[in-house]
Amino acid sequence: MDDNDKIARNATRDPKRDVGGPAQPLLIVNRLKKHFPLKRKGLPGRARVDVVRAVDGLDFRVAKGETLGIVGESGCGKSTLAKLLMSLVEPDAGEVVLDGLPVGSAQGISVKAMRSQVQMVFQDSNASLNPRMTIGDTIAFGCKVRGIDSREAARQAEAMLEAVGLDPELYARRYPHELSGGQRQRINIARALALEPRLLILDEAVSALDKSVEAQVLNLLEDLKRRMSLTYIFISHDLNVVQYISDRILVMYLGQIVEIGPVDKIYDNPQHPYTQALLSARPSMDPDHLTEALPISGDPPNPINPPSGCRFRTRCPHAETVCAEKMPALAPGQIGTQVACHMLVDGSGHSQAKRYVA
Amino acid sequence: MTPPSSLLSVRDLNVTFASREREVYAVNGVSFDVQPGETMVLLGESGSGKSVTLRSLMKLHPPKKTRYSGEIQFDGTSMLSCSERQLRRLRGAEISMIFQEPSTSLDPVYKVGVQISEMIVRHEGVSQTAALARAKDLLDLVRIPSAAERLNAYPHEMSGGMRQRVMIALALSCNPKLLLADEPTTALDATVQIQIILLLKQLQKELGLSVIFVTHDVGVAVEIGAKVAVMYAGQIVEYGKLRDVVRDPRHPYTQGLLSSTVHAGLRGKRLNAIPGAPPNLSSPLGICGFAPRCPHAHEACVQGVPEPRSPAPGHMSRCVLEDSRSPRSATAHSPK
Repeated sequence: MDDNDKIARNATRDPKRDVGGPAQPLLIVNRLKKHFPLKRKGLPGRARVDVVRAVDGLDFRVAKGETLGIVGESGCGKSTLAKLLMSLVEPDAGEVVLDGLPVGSAQGISVKAMRSQVQMVFQDSNASLNPRMTIGDTIAFGCKVRGIDSREAARQAEAMLEAVGLDPELYARRYPHELSGGQRQRINIARALALEPRLLILDEAVSALDKSVEAQVLNLLEDLKRRMSLTYIFISHDLNVVQYISDRILVMYLGQIVEIGPVDKIYDNPQHPYTQALLSARPSMDPDHLTEALPISGDPPNPINPPSGCRFRTRCPHAETVCAEKMPALAPGQIGTQVACHMLVDGSGHSQAKRYVA
Repeated sequence: MTPPSSLLSVRDLNVTFASREREVYAVNGVSFDVQPGETMVLLGESGSGKSVTLRSLMKLHPPKKTRYSGEIQFDGTSMLSCSERQLRRLRGAEISMIFQEPSTSLDPVYKVGVQISEMIVRHEGVSQTAALARAKDLLDLVRIPSAAERLNAYPHEMSGGMRQRVMIALALSCNPKLLLADEPTTALDATVQIQIILLLKQLQKELGLSVIFVTHDVGVAVEIGAKVAVMYAGQIVEYGKLRDVVRDPRHPYTQGLLSSTVHAGLRGKRLNAIPGAPPNLSSPLGICGFAPRCPHAHEACVQGVPEPRSPAPGHMSRCVLEDSRSPRSATAHSPK
């Protein structure tokens, strides 16, 4: 328990880190964009360049102390977004503002300073650990980066191991391959927390775990969040887990936000047809109410050269001509959420627009 | 002992992997029956032996490192005493399998039509043209749009859901009696997963297949339905109709698994995680595998592997708690 208290003290010991005040969003993302060009073979001078529009103009905010869940199917740009937030890839346009300070600009903070406050836990617990370092060393490395001498770093690493529920006596000297998936993911969380971040980005962090272990890690994340006053961005394709852990959620489809808002409102009353399909595609937990009808057909389209207008229109049951011509903007909906759908905007030209507004 | 109608009957199956350094007792005394046209779900976490059990049914494990004991009767054939040659005739033709990762199960350098027709030619000796025609029908069967053109596609030109449909077509190409599905929807997106589940259920009904479906996901198991065998530490700890097992789980592991599965309505509550981790299977268990993590464990649990008990007809739980419990009351059936 002493170690736990110490961790809690560490996290709060520096009130100066909170520069913007409690009302300042911890993270503001403005018009963030990342396109990956793909070279295609062709005649010289006529080579076509295809572009993967991985993240295509995102705007959102993350308040201090909240958990923002990001959901979407594969290829929707969730992971690219996470890498953009960490400056692991350079954005093509847009900016990330951390606690009022633009990242990587002269008026704001440097990328390095940002990374001491924002850390990430990746999906593949194995690939993100160095196979030639013991896990004690791996975690201590983060402490050393903060300028702590190696003996103290080793001690803090042990405290961290304990905080994530692993006995340092047994585990500190082990190598990643000697651990189970759940244990490795705990190590990744411990390593991220060793830098004492304020924002933790969890990119499918529990997706590879067994359910009973996943529950342990989710409980752990809740505890750590409270104890270390963390803010989470929780990226997952598992809608049940996102519902459990998030305060607000952001639904992505092909690089764009289709719906964002408080988790209860979206889960109780999804407004966007994609969100509706996604939520009804969840396997039923009730043997008496099985899914009978297909909520949606087809796979998510290729993010290379996505459909014009609304990107969901190729799978949308309500698609009309206006959906192909005009891209719907994210607009405040009826119930405190923001939705990008022509059906919710009066006078958008969609025949069902009126019905929804009334 | 075996009901005569069983398509597949597994009795006291044990599978041990041995290398020079260590042994792994992966499956420890598994018994079950599958009737023609029946679906069974093997539900368990990683390392519970569900996939090992499934692969043992076709003897797919490396022969030099694997020791089997027990009995697997498939349609009158004893699988464990089959030669490689006999097995090759059965695999794909009588029993076939779909895997978790369709992109690694398909050959990237052949068109999917060629891959499906190769299987048909190999097992049935028909001409390449006839086999390709069958391949097209199969792609239609698994609801792939414009099947004729898709025959000429390479796996990388298809989406994940499409590739899994091709895998299903491949598995069904020789009209097997038994389809083994090893987490076929785990790698797929949520909106695609439900499509594949519904497709498999439809095909199972249309073709009268027997299906053994392995999954770690309680939600998927519920959607697949029928019967469920819950595995833990290489044993089936609970078996019964899915509705009975989900509504009234008897084994403490099943109870723990169901209560630690995140679903709507748990928000803000602490999850009921099962403490600890599954046991290391490097030595024979000899006790109830779940005892170290079980909140109800007592001496009887570590004095040998608990015998199966039957709390209700068709429902089995391998737990000593069953002895002190009253038989299931009628109210246990009603929801909630």
